[in-house]
Amino acid sequence: MLYALFGAVESGIIYAIMALGVYLTFRVLDFPDLTVDGSFVTGAGVAAISIVNGVSPIVATLLAIAAGFLAGCVTGLLHTKGKINALLSGILMMIALYSINLRIMGRPNVSLNNQDTIFSQLREVWPVGIDEFLGGMFTAVGSRAPATWVIVFFMIIVTLGIKFLADYFLKTEVGLALRATGDNQRMIRSFSANTDNLIILGVGISNALVALAGALIAQLGGFADASMGIGMIVIGLASVIIGEALFGKRTIMITTLAVVCGAVIYRIVVTIALRVDFLDAGDMKMITAFIVMLALVAPRIMQAQKDKKRRLQKRAALEQVREGA
Amino acid sequence: MLHVTDVSITFNEGTPDEKKALQDINLELQEGDFVTVIGSNGAGKSTLMNVISGNLIPDIGEVVISDEKVTMLPEFKRSQFIGRVFQDPMAGTAPSMTIEENLALAYSRIRKRKLIPGVNKQRKAEFRDHLSTLKLGLEDRLNAKVGLLSGGERQALSLLMATFTNPNILLLDEHTAALDPSRAELITNLTKEVVEEYGLTTLMVTHNMQQALDLGNRLIMMDKGQIILDIRGEQKQKLTIEDLLKEFQRIRGQQFESDRAVLG
Repeated sequence: MLYALFGAVESGIIYAIMALGVYLTFRVLDFPDLTVDGSFVTGAGVAAISIVNGVSPIVATLLAIAAGFLAGCVTGLLHTKGKINALLSGILMMIALYSINLRIMGRPNVSLNNQDTIFSQLREVWPVGIDEFLGGMFTAVGSRAPATWVIVFFMIIVTLGIKFLADYFLKTEVGLALRATGDNQRMIRSFSANTDNLIILGVGISNALVALAGALIAQLGGFADASMGIGMIVIGLASVIIGEALFGKRTIMITTLAVVCGAVIYRIVVTIALRVDFLDAGDMKMITAFIVMLALVAPRIMQAQKDKKRRLQKRAALEQVREGA
Repeated sequence: MLHVTDVSITFNEGTPDEKKALQDINLELQEGDFVTVIGSNGAGKSTLMNVISGNLIPDIGEVVISDEKVTMLPEFKRSQFIGRVFQDPMAGTAPSMTIEENLALAYSRIRKRKLIPGVNKQRKAEFRDHLSTLKLGLEDRLNAKVGLLSGGERQALSLLMATFTNPNILLLDEHTAALDPSRAELITNLTKEVVEEYGLTTLMVTHNMQQALDLGNRLIMMDKGQIILDIRGEQKQKLTIEDLLKEFQRIRGQQFESDRAVLG
């Protein structure tokens, strides 16, 4: 169990990068961008095929980021210059990317077996002592020890780094204009902001992050697959919604942290759910949909209950005063 | 400062709904002019505003601001010259962002936006100073989300955001129409103060005749896409609502159709 949870945290912290991308479009830009399902695979595919062809894993990952950025920019262009509805431009791009991804990979599945990845290279410089020491705590409670801790530590640094970068960016002059574009386009146009370019930039950055997550997941899992992106947007959305529901969204810094935590919690919940006897791996998408529904509906029901209770108390208090008089 | 030359615009041309929104409009504003615009619904006041702000491109004619031809410039480029306050108090601010962030957005109207923090200590102090001129206590609520402010407060903030960067032209589009009388008066007074302080060249559309008479040094009346009356200086000072109605009847030979204008 502990071992499975470790795996959940490990991949969750990578998926958190994708969740930050989804947050950027869905929440900041108010642009429901479905490109994600495609650009996640684009990132994975570009990274995998580059590595297989001898490109260093770091460069391969950077290439994946650039490819995701381009894909996002095209979606932004379709929406702003082509005046296509936001949802539809994302869907069009997602479906086009499916074919493009097959072209990039040359086949539906690219294996990274026995290839260098960012993580395998990190393991080489990582002192084994740390793994043995921390793994000892797992074996002490009778669980299988994880193979290495380097991925978790490295990814925490990378993901938090991206989070802080996003926090900073969203407070810069450009970042403020980007947020205002999602908030009140008419107003920010009257303050000299080119909303079209800001939307293209925002959707581009978002998909660059998604592609980065895809590239890292491919290197973690050891393969890229043409269909690995299905439902990715819902997972990203689930992370955003869970995070916001649990940790709130008072400031940008809190919200981005909430989104990161939301992504990890989502993975943990799915891992636990899959251990229930009558559920198997094929049920994962249904579980995801159910989690999103729950995260959306539960806070509302709780608030309604709270309001109802408050009103009843007020009424009761008033009754008492009246009876007393 | 502002030259509008021979501007015409027709909506739905060649259909039964054809409407000549503006016909051969010529308007020239000198630096420091404060012009109030009145006219019934559909007279073309808002269309004129939109042609100047870049929301609409005229069929023919030119718009020149500070010697620069802006007729074809998109709205966001033209905003460098123009401060604008809308009728809807919700329209001029970003509700989910804080007061200081909104001011930072306005601050960047005349500068290229860069990857530097929009709010810093120095700007914060500057924002606080500007806000205190509103006398609404907003200077102590820099980190409050603008969505939490009342309509009057938001409109006051919009006015400040449109003006504190000293625009070449200030466009006010019935900016007190959606407020209750006391808030409307507050915004009217603030408008007067701020226009005087910066000596802003201002074009203000209003449905309130009294307001049109009280404010500014020049008054124009529009009807059916044309400017039918242009009164300035001393003549305007002596003008009354009676005069305006009479003048309108004389020119158009008909009863003033808009009840709203009369009641205002």
